[in-house]
Amino acid sequence: MAADDDVKAKTDVNPERPARTRVVLGEAAARRRPADRAGTDLAEQTPIGEALVKGLMRAQLALALRLALVVVTGLGALPLLFAVAPGVGGVKLFGIYLPWLLLGLLSFPFLIGVGWAYVRWAERNEQDFVALIRRPEQ
Amino acid sequence: MNPYLVPGLIVVVLVTVGIGVYGLRFARTTSDFLVASRSVSPAWNAAAISGEYLSAASFLGVAGLILRYGVDVLWYPVGFAAGYLALLLFVAAPLRRSGAFTLPDFCEVRLGSPLLRRLASVFVVFIGCLYLVPQLQGAGLTFTTVTGGSYAWGALLVGVVVTANVALGGMRAITFVQAFQYWLKLTALAVPVIFLALQWQSDGRPAVTPQPGATFPVATTVVLEQDAVVDGVPLEKGQQLSYDAGAPVPKVSTVDANFGADWLRPGGDGSLFATYSLILATFLGTMGLPHVLVRFYTNPDGASARRTTLVVLGLVGTFYLLPTLYGVLGRIYTPQLLMTGRTDAVVLLLPEAALGGGHLGQLLGALVTAGALAAFLSTSSGLLTSVAGVVFTDVLRAGRGGSIRDFRLATVLAASVPVLLSLYVSNMDVSRVVGLAFAVAASSFCPLLVLGIWWRRLTDVGAVAGVLAGGGASMAAVLITVLGPPLDGWLADAVGQPAAWTVPLAFIVMISGSLLTSKRVPRDVGATMLRLHAPETLRA
Repeated sequence: MAADDDVKAKTDVNPERPARTRVVLGEAAARRRPADRAGTDLAEQTPIGEALVKGLMRAQLALALRLALVVVTGLGALPLLFAVAPGVGGVKLFGIYLPWLLLGLLSFPFLIGVGWAYVRWAERNEQDFVALIRRPEQ
Repeated sequence: MNPYLVPGLIVVVLVTVGIGVYGLRFARTTSDFLVASRSVSPAWNAAAISGEYLSAASFLGVAGLILRYGVDVLWYPVGFAAGYLALLLFVAAPLRRSGAFTLPDFCEVRLGSPLLRRLASVFVVFIGCLYLVPQLQGAGLTFTTVTGGSYAWGALLVGVVVTANVALGGMRAITFVQAFQYWLKLTALAVPVIFLALQWQSDGRPAVTPQPGATFPVATTVVLEQDAVVDGVPLEKGQQLSYDAGAPVPKVSTVDANFGADWLRPGGDGSLFATYSLILATFLGTMGLPHVLVRFYTNPDGASARRTTLVVLGLVGTFYLLPTLYGVLGRIYTPQLLMTGRTDAVVLLLPEAALGGGHLGQLLGALVTAGALAAFLSTSSGLLTSVAGVVFTDVLRAGRGGSIRDFRLATVLAASVPVLLSLYVSNMDVSRVVGLAFAVAASSFCPLLVLGIWWRRLTDVGAVAGVLAGGGASMAAVLITVLGPPLDGWLADAVGQPAAWTVPLAFIVMISGSLLTSKRVPRDVGATMLRLHAPETLRA
């Protein structure tokens, strides 16, 4: 039942998107709070609240693992490649041997690019989660 | 001696103290004092983290390793930078949200076990000491190279200065000081490299690995300090060897180095196992370094901890482009280091060797020496502060009632072991020792943090067992490598680069131990997970 709620909530997010940017006065937010059931679920550790946190954790972990896999295949496979196909190590690009170019220069922008993508997507996951908790009850 | 040297070093110390005093004016409360101010922007904070992180091993050691072994050791700088990506993906934001200030604190927050806390303290002290050794080694080496004095005096001098500094509270973890140190280190490598590249151009772009092997650019005289076999001829200690300009550099039996294609192409004599072990240690070890984690507390919330880590990745990545160039150019201009084996000195010697002893060469030589001083001052102060803090709270059990005198005692205790060790292991590569510290961190704290943050079923018994198995095994491997006899064959690889088997061991033991004791899962795990993962905006 909790999982159903999670899935339904996720599909609800898109049509609700403009609501997230709404600016609410402190007074109005205080008036809304008793109706904020998801927030209460979260604070009181009900099964629904726990399922919501689990959903967020799963999304964040899946994102981190996927990007780690990108690094493992992109960088981690290089030693194996050089060992299996020694010819690759002898290729020259712009007068520099390929391994020097890949490791000494290109690996750093690659790592930064992966990190940038992670920060962007992780923040989006969190915004979705906040929108889910804060959504006005129907 | 270089006339610009002493003024350069004095300027570094004065500016460091000056910024420190200026920064103190903003510190109002105790927590401001300990972790700078919590309202520091990600850019400043990231520069401070990078400043503390880029140690003598990065500044001197990486270039030395590349000069010696070539392309195979490029994994060191890549791994030192990639560690921050692993930290970003799995640890940064949840760790900040946990509110833990140190690793033992995290154990307390997540599992509430005093035994685990004590075990974590032991590992913080061990890793901190192991990481301090190469800083002092770098200091001793710089002292010998620059003044011609003895190695031991240099290591002792810097050890005493850093200990006094931390014990007397002269250089606390002030964000602005550390941030300044980062930019100083970057400048100290980046400016000379421009002139070095221009010099290389005007010399007609000499080949890095000329066909007959490396040659001496100028006439060089070498004195043997121990018996050695030079190019197949056995020679005795004290003999003088002279070489003309253009003569090939001979191979010396006591110095392990790669030449020709072995240096240029991957997969020389370094085995695949050792390479992957190194990758695992550096990728996963960064998150377990005691002085790195403390700094994350300075971020206001989890999201900014993530952004800070990304900026650190950028700053550290930029820095690591430079040591490779020093290592490669050192092959052309300072090949005598391949005979003496003191390859870690290449960064210090290269400017004067390539540009001549004129004003330009001397000025740039003073600049890189100043950068090296910044490197070991900043890292060792940060490390010693974290280690002394743990000794103070968890070993001396001073707690809240502890006096300043106890903290000073803790500092002296924490500093004495690494100083003694640094005298003993003077002949090991600076970066190698640092690699060992990463291996221990990767096999103890990495599983603890990753499973603690992402796995609800972790128990205190499982965590203790995993840390003991993985961390203990890697610790034993390090002790054998540093103090024991030299090993041969696969055993040498397995002990010299232990991470490839100790990290999986730690994970397996931690997971199976937790599953076996599943009744001991903390009852408040739901609340802890909510705190670790939910954005701060939801906390009302």
